Amino acid sequence: MATGACALLAALSVALLPTGAAADEPAKESPKVELVLDVSGSMRAKDIDGKSRMAAAKQAFNEVLDAVPEEVRLGIRTLGADYPGQDRKRGCKDTRQLYPVGPLDRTEAKTAVATLAPTGWTPIGPALLGAADDLGDDGATKRIVLITDGEDTCAPLDPCQVAREIAAKGIHLVIDTLGLVPDAKTRQQLTCIAEATGGTYTSIHRTEDLSRRVRQLVDRAADPVVTPVATEGAVRCDKAPQLKPGLYTDRESFGEHRWYRVDLLPGQELRASVSVSADRAVNDDYGVLLRAVTLHGREIVRGSEAGDGRTDVISTGLRYPKPDLDDGPGDAKPAAESVCLQVSNSFSAPPSVKTTPGMPIELTVDVVDGPSTASDVASFGLGRGWWLLGALVLVGFLAGLVWGWLSRWRVAVWRTH
Amino acid sequence: MRTVRMLATAALTGAALLGLAGPAALADSPSATPDPSAGSGSGPTEAGTTFRTAARFLPGQQATAQAATGDYLYWVFPADTGQRPTVRATVTLPDAALRHGPATWRIDVYDGLRRRQPCMYGMQSRTAPKEAATVELACVLRPVRASADAWANDPLPGSYYVRLTVTGLPEEDLGQPFTARIGVDTVDKGGAYATDGSLGAPLVPGATTADQAEADEEAGRRTAVEAAAPEDGWSSGWWSDRWLWTAAGGILAALAGIGGYVLTRGTGRPPRVPPAV
Repeated sequence: MATGACALLAALSVALLPTGAAADEPAKESPKVELVLDVSGSMRAKDIDGKSRMAAAKQAFNEVLDAVPEEVRLGIRTLGADYPGQDRKRGCKDTRQLYPVGPLDRTEAKTAVATLAPTGWTPIGPALLGAADDLGDDGATKRIVLITDGEDTCAPLDPCQVAREIAAKGIHLVIDTLGLVPDAKTRQQLTCIAEATGGTYTSIHRTEDLSRRVRQLVDRAADPVVTPVATEGAVRCDKAPQLKPGLYTDRESFGEHRWYRVDLLPGQELRASVSVSADRAVNDDYGVLLRAVTLHGREIVRGSEAGDGRTDVISTGLRYPKPDLDDGPGDAKPAAESVCLQVSNSFSAPPSVKTTPGMPIELTVDVVDGPSTASDVASFGLGRGWWLLGALVLVGFLAGLVWGWLSRWRVAVWRTH
Repeated sequence: MRTVRMLATAALTGAALLGLAGPAALADSPSATPDPSAGSGSGPTEAGTTFRTAARFLPGQQATAQAATGDYLYWVFPADTGQRPTVRATVTLPDAALRHGPATWRIDVYDGLRRRQPCMYGMQSRTAPKEAATVELACVLRPVRASADAWANDPLPGSYYVRLTVTGLPEEDLGQPFTARIGVDTVDKGGAYATDGSLGAPLVPGATTADQAEADEEAGRRTAVEAAAPEDGWSSGWWSDRWLWTAAGGILAALAGIGGYVLTRGTGRPPRVPPAV
């Protein structure tokens, strides 16, 4: 059932993808997932279904490994598995790859997991960096699933900042975090990591929740999604990158403007939408503005949106149908117009929040045939409703009367002569 | 006397004509669009987490998902000209024993250009008290029009995204499991909203020019517009019950014209004319 739904989803999401940018790409690489498991000393605590956190994690791993979809390349990394001592420096480097990212040998992977025993520190930041390295920087979609029961004990390297920097590399990596019986600080840190990469956070209190959630996340990784093309908008329109129809990502800092350019022929319609992700703690009120501007600086149309409160993204879009040329030279190809797109945002953040790297923005550009223009408000200028009927009947009746009187009058005149 | 009879006949004929046009003309009555898929297939059991990964379902289907509070869940459904979609979502909340306070849940609907669409009616956002087991959310969109000018954000035929999330809750309640069920009913609003003009392609992300779409089809690729279409394809948009109203009006006018004409003729010859000339 789950795989069926997955296949359906996969088929649908493939079908939904914009073709423009995807068409030029080589054959899809199979998705990669790395499970990062905390094996720190605190995993001994027996508070998940009466078993230790470690036992719950192992059981969940076994179930997940059995259910990994064929196409997923899976790896496992541990943190805090080897160094039991008190030396903080050594403890904070304690992360290693338990099973390399690649086609999965289930027995081998399970054996490797079975050897784990709760041991050391919780170096989440270094583990995330290691996991990002393991996954490489090819075009595949990547997902890190971080399972931990405590906050990072290795300051000053803030794992949340690490996550944001990994995401900013533009390697299409999402980090999902799972907290085992988390306390307030752990929760805060894990939500921050998830938020920074567009991932999800789950708190786990039961073994079955853990295995179901990890399975769901691995399945999600298997859904083929078009990977957006990274681009970098300019500060002015005349320096802006030329975009073809497709899906793009970029980064934009607070209050920054980014410009892009799209070529549009007469009789075509430009459709653009933009989403700005709030990937960190931002102030409560925010907005986004997308403007289509001519090369000479005249604003053609804009899309804007504002919001408040908790959100993942804020999006807006615009349409610009460029009118067809009526009387151009017959066979000469009409010149394309460069339309400038300006993306700006009104996010703000408390002073404690870092503003670099900028927030991820996703830009879709489609060019379609222009609409057939309306010559009237109503469809084909047709009428509708009782007033219309009444008016028509009245006019028809009056016309009949006049016609009748006229013809009577004519007959009478004719008779008398 | 004769006059009265003529008028009565005309009125009756008119009524009969209207009776024929009735079912279509009086489409304001809320009759859900017939949807063969209703019941025949259920929707997806997973939801997407971004616009790009939104899970697709058709009006009449029920999509379900299991997720953790704090997740943003995305679905996408098609809506065509003349329809007024109603999105309904039911959230089964996490165990009340695990929760620490009230939570505010919210659905937002975006069109194919990711522009937020307002809800005419319905509780788009609701705060569930700590003990509540479920939250019901609803959003009635505006009727979809065939076209709008570029500066308006009137709903247009195309894809519609639904985002479900919790917008306010005690922080310790984040990450707990909940299930969501979502469905869309469409009401056909008939010709009242039939506007002139039409889009070159429905508002579907990834839509291309006709030339490009043709090339894609020849290459055996399914176009984005096709893939996002409702079950029986996108409507061409030229039909509306305005044709019936206008035609009925024309016929009634003709009948009334005949009536008026006959009225002036009276019975037999005009009295001034001598009986035999």
